[in-house]
Amino acid sequence: MNTKTRLYTISVYTENNIGLLNRISAIFQRRHINIESLNISPSEIEGVAKFSIVVYMTEVNIKKIIGQIEKQIEVIKAYYHSDENTIYQISGLFKIKSDLLFEEPQIQNIIKESNARIVTVNTNFFVIEKSGKKDEIVKLHEQLSVFGIMQYTRSGRVAITKDEMKISTLLESYNN
Amino acid sequence: METKTIKDSETSIKVTEKISGSEAIVRCLIEEEVKIIYGYPGGAIMPVYDELFKYQDKIHHVLTRHEQGATHSAQGFARISGKVGVAIATSGPGATNLITGIADAQIDSTPMVCITGQVPSHLLGSDAFQETDIVGISTPVTKWNCQVTKAADIPEALAKAFYIARSGRPGPVLVDITKDAQFEEFDFTYEKCTKVRSYNPIPKTDFSSLEAAAKLINTAKKPFIIWGQGIILSEAEDQLKALIEKAGIPAAWTILGASAIETSHPLNVGMLGMHGNYAPNVLTNECDVLIAIGMRFDDRVTGKLDEYATQAKVIHFEIDPAEIDKNVKTEVAVLGDAKASLEAILPLINENSHTEWHQKFKELYAIEYEKVIKNDLHPTKEGLTMGEVIKEINTQSKGNAAIVTDVGQHQMIACRYAEFNKTKSNITSGGLGTMGFGLPAAIGAKMAAPEREVVSISGDGGYQMTIQELGTIFQQKAAVKVVVLNNDFLGMVRQWQQLFFDNRYASTEMVNPNFVAIAEGYYIKARKVTKREELAEAIAEMMESKEAYFLEVCVEKEGNVFPMVPSGASVSEIRLE
Repeated sequence: MNTKTRLYTISVYTENNIGLLNRISAIFQRRHINIESLNISPSEIEGVAKFSIVVYMTEVNIKKIIGQIEKQIEVIKAYYHSDENTIYQISGLFKIKSDLLFEEPQIQNIIKESNARIVTVNTNFFVIEKSGKKDEIVKLHEQLSVFGIMQYTRSGRVAITKDEMKISTLLESYNN
Repeated sequence: METKTIKDSETSIKVTEKISGSEAIVRCLIEEEVKIIYGYPGGAIMPVYDELFKYQDKIHHVLTRHEQGATHSAQGFARISGKVGVAIATSGPGATNLITGIADAQIDSTPMVCITGQVPSHLLGSDAFQETDIVGISTPVTKWNCQVTKAADIPEALAKAFYIARSGRPGPVLVDITKDAQFEEFDFTYEKCTKVRSYNPIPKTDFSSLEAAAKLINTAKKPFIIWGQGIILSEAEDQLKALIEKAGIPAAWTILGASAIETSHPLNVGMLGMHGNYAPNVLTNECDVLIAIGMRFDDRVTGKLDEYATQAKVIHFEIDPAEIDKNVKTEVAVLGDAKASLEAILPLINENSHTEWHQKFKELYAIEYEKVIKNDLHPTKEGLTMGEVIKEINTQSKGNAAIVTDVGQHQMIACRYAEFNKTKSNITSGGLGTMGFGLPAAIGAKMAAPEREVVSISGDGGYQMTIQELGTIFQQKAAVKVVVLNNDFLGMVRQWQQLFFDNRYASTEMVNPNFVAIAEGYYIKARKVTKREELAEAIAEMMESKEAYFLEVCVEKEGNVFPMVPSGASVSEIRLE
């Protein structure tokens, strides 16, 4: 088994309960593992929430973590995936002074070439949104930094697996 | 106010009546057949105490002298009876004082339900008087917890709490209930919880894993069984015995597995781990198939993992999938309940005797006897040993007592030398190593099983961490026999200082009070023994006592516990001196 640290996405299907985030994050904290990004959203099943957690870990240790996450009462199932097995996206938002849009024509080219889009424009500022891989957002950030960015933020990773997750089947089997 | 169920031929209609949240809490406990609870009142839990007053003929509330004592008593209750222990406390400091016991129950898989009062819901988060985020604090040390802010949610929360605490791998659960929810009235009905959608307490056993395990066991030349508390929790004692007898496999136990099979059984080869027996530790690294049942390869059992049983194929019978491959890589994992798995595998196992292999255990036992056991149990030098006290208790109790220990040297000696005829007779703090556990746990054990002789054995250090529970013994008239093995030291730490810190005894010497006077202050019969000649007679007096009895035995000050696997060493590097 691989003992090298690499980036993994952990998907956790859970009941939507207060306090569960605490319970799950405590498992990482105990082992002194930094969570690179975290996203919690509804899943394809009504009433079931999905955590997407991105961490650098070894495969040996991530298996142990998965066991300890699944052990939590309100966790239905947890999986880990390498980047090759998922389709994932993050989103970045950039707030820039409106004047620059006209003073620096290059900005318009950058927006176009990076497939970003302008979300809003007013007299003071405009906001660019870009979804994609982390590298793409980072690259856009670098390009825009030259002109001065008023605000910048990046979301956690959202991921969907190439394999079927079979959560509904699992829930049915628990109910029988 | 009873909830009546009217049954006709087709339907059953539940008739409900309006009661308060606090009354509902007590009614839920009654529905769960709880008869004894341990706790301490305070502002945010007072409505519940008011109901406990009304229902005192149904539920006996034991007022401990500290909330920590309430949890340990609930643990002792659970460990001897196999039932869920219940502890109750107020908000803030009352709740935080439960934490040590909860953490202990979590790591030792003890079923326990803790109920805490909380400030009224409109004050949550406002730093109100005696407000603490007990749900947040207890999260990492509970199997499950929740906060209830509406009376109508109480029955479901408590039903779930009991179900989760006792099912699968048991553990502690905490339900925090705001004071306004305790006062609020609602229509009460109670339904026991039998499943939680996202929770699978007993994983399905794969028959092919049983076949693979049986094949390994049947072809093994030097098989070795190591069992843990899983045997006791799943009540698989008879099935384990049947397996070891049929296959002729020597079997050793972790500290929490002690007493599952009687000490005198010829295939019971003793205790594993840091202060366990010589043969099982050394031969762990010589067996060819290691069969672990209901145990979790704690570091105190395995020593250095890189050199632990690397030559052996490991079979792991386990209810908790998170334990598989956590510390030791397994060849075959048999998931499921130990009792069911052992029952299923028995027909697949061939009869065998492994006489030569068993002979090895006997040879190593002889070495341990000469170097360690003889001097512990039959000392010739002046100064009483802890071992001879345990031996005398064995003799006089005929191995029928439940031994409740604290943590430290006396604990290791007691577990090494106590003779057990009955299961659920060894109650100790294993995983957490909680000093102060023993005395309150013994109270809980005695109250759960009044017909049994319960002997609490502590050191002078741990005893003083919860010594105030003598008040509980006195008030409850709990006939616990309390033995303190006094060496005027925090003995285990002192032993490490002697062996690994060049005799620098930093803060381990205890200047102790008059323990007999303290016990007598609580009107408990008490006696102190300093000489070997007095020991047998003093223990006889203690055992004959119908009431609680305190016995202080002054033992040699600087006795050491051997064998010992030094911290970080391999189990085969176990030291005899």
